[in-house]
Order: sequence, then C-alpha cells, then structure tokens
Amino acid sequence: MSGSTKDQILDFVRSRYPQAEIDESQDIFALGFVNSLFAMELVMFIEKTFAIAIPNDELKIDNFRTANTMAELVGRLSPARV
Amino acid sequence: MAILAESAPDTLRVTDRKSARAFVDTHIVPYADAYDRQGRVPEELLERMTAAGLWAPFLPPEVGGAGMDLVTLGEVHEEVGRGCSSVRSLLTVHTMVSWAVQRWGSPAQREQWAPALSRGDVLAAFCLSEPGAGSDASGISSNVVAKNGGWVLNGVKKWITNGQRADLFLVFARTATSIGAFLVPRNSPGVDVAPIEDMLGTRASMIAEVSFRDVVLGPDALLGPSGFTAGMVLTGTLDLGRYSVATGSVGIIQAALEACAAYASRRTVGGTLLKELPLIQAKLSDMVTDARAARLLVAEAGRLKDAGEASTIMATWVAKYFASTAAARHASEAVQIHGANGCGHDYPVARLYRDAKVMEIIEGSNEIQRITIAGQAEREII
Ligand SMILES: Cc1cc2nc3c(=O)[nH]c(=O)nc-3n(C[C@H](O)[C@H](O)[C@H](O)COP(=O)(O)OP(=O)(O)OC[C@H]3O[C@@H](n4cnc5c(N)ncnc54)[C@H](O)[C@@H]3O)c2cc1C
Repeated sequence: MSGSTKDQILDFVRSRYPQAEIDESQDIFALGFVNSLFAMELVMFIEKTFAIAIPNDELKIDNFRTANTMAELVGRLSPARV
Repeated sequence: MAILAESAPDTLRVTDRKSARAFVDTHIVPYADAYDRQGRVPEELLERMTAAGLWAPFLPPEVGGAGMDLVTLGEVHEEVGRGCSSVRSLLTVHTMVSWAVQRWGSPAQREQWAPALSRGDVLAAFCLSEPGAGSDASGISSNVVAKNGGWVLNGVKKWITNGQRADLFLVFARTATSIGAFLVPRNSPGVDVAPIEDMLGTRASMIAEVSFRDVVLGPDALLGPSGFTAGMVLTGTLDLGRYSVATGSVGIIQAALEACAAYASRRTVGGTLLKELPLIQAKLSDMVTDARAARLLVAEAGRLKDAGEASTIMATWVAKYFASTAAARHASEAVQIHGANGCGHDYPVARLYRDAKVMEIIEGSNEIQRITIAGQAEREII
C-alpha cells in the first residue's frame, strides 16, 4: 500500500480537525470525528483524489475506520495503484 | 404530462442563464403574483417546464438529461427564483430527489426512475420534516419495518413542498439500525396527502402533510447504502437543496433590486426622484453589492461541486447563509422603498418579502447554519 495514499488521507483528516493528533491506525469513529457531513466530505475527497468511484456496497464503516483501511480500499478499487 | 408538453412547441429549451431568463420573463414573471394568490402553480406551467427541459437537466444524457454542470444549474435556478420562489421550490425538491436517485440509486432504480424524473413525467418531493422534528433530523419518528423481504412504512411528514402534486416521495424513516431513504410512489396504498394552505411565503408551492399508514414497499424502495453512510444520502441531498435555495435567494435579491431600481427612477417625493435621495441610494447600493457577493459565493459552491471537491459542502452552507439572510434584508428594504405600494398587490415586493423569510428557515435555518459554520471555523485558520 503506498505510503502517500495514507499520508494524503491523514492530511485531509487533519485539515478538517487541525487540533487532532491522529495516526494511520487510529479509529476516527472511536475518536468521535465522524458526523454525516464529515463522512460525505471524506468519501468525496477519496473519490476525487484517487479518481475512484466507491460503490454502495463498499461504503461500510470498517472501510473508513483508519487511514490504513481507507488506503486499502483505495488500493482495491484502483488496482493499478497497488 | 408528456403529451401535453408536446402541445407547447413554442417553448424554447432552457440551456443556460440567458435562455432561463427568457423563459422566466415570458412564462413566470407576469403570472407569479397570481400563482401566489391562487396558492398553486398551474399545470400549464409545469408542462412548459417539461417542454423546456427544466426539471433535471443535470442528469446525464443516458437517462435523458442534458448533463448540465452545476454552476449553470445554479444560474438557471437563480433565474427561476427571480421570477417566483414557489416555482423554484418545486424545482429544488425535484432536483434533490433526482440527484439522490442518480448518485445513490442501484442500476435498476436509476433505470426505473431517472428517465421519468429527467423528463418531468414524474415529479418528486422530499419528505424529511415531521410534526415533531424539523432541524433535528435525528428526531424523526417515521419508521420502516423489514417484512417479507421488503418494508412497511409508517409515519407523517409535514411541510412537504409539492406534496400536493408530486408523484414520487423520497421519505426518510428509521430502520432498525439507522435512518434510511425510501422511494415511495404517491399511488401506493396507505399514502394520504392533505394540502396545507395559506402559508406565509412560497404560497404556490403546493405544500402538504403526507401520511404513510402501513405502506408496503418492495426491497428496491431503499435508496443508497444502509449503515453508517445512510446519513450521507441525507447530507448529500440536503446539500443540493441548500445550493438551490441559495441560488433562489440570489434571485430574490436580484428581483428586489430590479423592482427598486425601476420604482426609484419613477417615483418622486417632494419633487425629487427617490433614486436621488441618499438614504434610498444606500439601500440600492447594498442590494447591488450583496447580489454580486451572494452570486459569487453560490458560483464558487457550484464550481466546487462540478470539481467533486469535498469543500463544496461548507461552501454551500456559507453561500446559503449569506444569500438567504441578504434576501430577507433586501426584500424588507424593497417593501420600504415602495412605501404603501410595497404593501399592496401592484408590485411584486410584498411577495418577495414573504418568500425571503422562508429562505431563512428551509434547508437549514439561520441558527443551524450559524452552528454548522461556527463548528468548522477552525478550518478557516490560514
Ligand atoms: C415553505 C416551507 C417549505 C418546506 N418544505 C419542506 C420539504 O419539502 N420537505 C421537508 O422535509 N421539509 C420542508 N420544510 C420544513 C423545513 O425543513 C423545516 O421547517 C426546517 O427544517 C426547520 O424545522 P422546524 O420548522 O421544525 O423548526 P424547529 O426545528 O422546531 O426549530 C424552531 C426554531 O429553533 C431554532 N433552532 C433549532 N435548533 C436550534 C439550536 N440547536 N440552537 C438554536 N436554535 C435552534 C430553529 O432555527 C428555529 O428558528 C418546509 C418548511 C417551509 C416553511
């Protein structure tokens, strides 16, 4: 999994929550960051940045818990990247 | 509706601001006060809107849309809002549902609904608010229970724009685990529509209370993902509605400005034209400035939508907050500039004043907008 995918996702989360100290394996749901506005922004960000379309059946909470799982999702949906 | 639409061949297709302006000036502006008094938009105009391709031109050509970008859609909705906020409200809710079907629908749902929504053969309404829950969407009590592989829906939705006329309702209801969005045809057994008359503003937007009693729905009624992302269907749909209301609010400011500029150039007090009076000039200059500022905020939100940028959501909140509060302020000043004439039926400004107040309540009230914008204020630190 490319480090830069994780870094870009982490940068995005930090840009929304500048005070947050968060790393690639931390559960952003457990940290209480995710409301429906942020969830929407996160999905839009991932789709736009990595040029993928996330199908409805991949919009599962476990795919979005950490920067690691999001990077894995990106990898799955854009095989060329892996 | 499609058949009747063909009988309006003189109606030009609306493809941009210019053609929208021509449509609105011909088919809406002369009649908007009458719609307001009658409390409804006549079928004839709905048919003309179908003929003009106004209902959902942003849908892709594969489903019969024109693939219109959202900046242009915003300009079109602004023009419609300039002519009549009630008509713009019908477009807003239809846009929200059409977008939701396109964005979140399965291929089968898109095939079933998108072409008809695109043509305007099926008109849609958005059902979230209830007698006991408005701003706090999580407080809704409408619910669905899974049964026989499908669903059974119960609940009451209130203040539903175009509820009197719509053919398809997008209904938000509690599931066992979260809130889901359900596509409910009006003619389903157990759906009951009660008109709500005599609203303060957008009086012709055919508002209704819609009740759902043991409405049996198939598995294909659920739109979009279930689980944690179900809230995104609501967030995304409201985002587009908010965008449309923001554009409509710009339209109200523009209409107030045009009415006042014309009136102040004709009306004299003590031998002086109103437009020569410094206090009136101050009001006009603020209208000009806010119309431009609001239009730019809306255009930026639209540009970000077209680019797929996540920041469009906050940009839309900001645009709607600015545009709706400015519309309420300037519509009030427009009545003031017109004096007693502003309180009567001969000028459109009384209608603008009543309609503008509604913009401060719908798609996120002023208070909710301020809470949301303030909640993200730390993002603005640069
Ligand atoms: C003309 C019109 C058309 C409409 N069309 C539709 C439609 O098509 N579909 C639909 O689902 N709904 C529709 N609505 C309903 C609309 O969405 C709600 O009116 C709106 O969400 C506000 O909810 P409410 O009226 O229940 O007010 P409430 O939520 O009861 O709020 C009352 C007041 O308290 C304020 N308030 C709420 N929470 C807070 C807070 N946390 N802090 C401070 N103040 C707060 C509100 O801003 C408001 O001023 C329509 C309403 C109108 C007037």
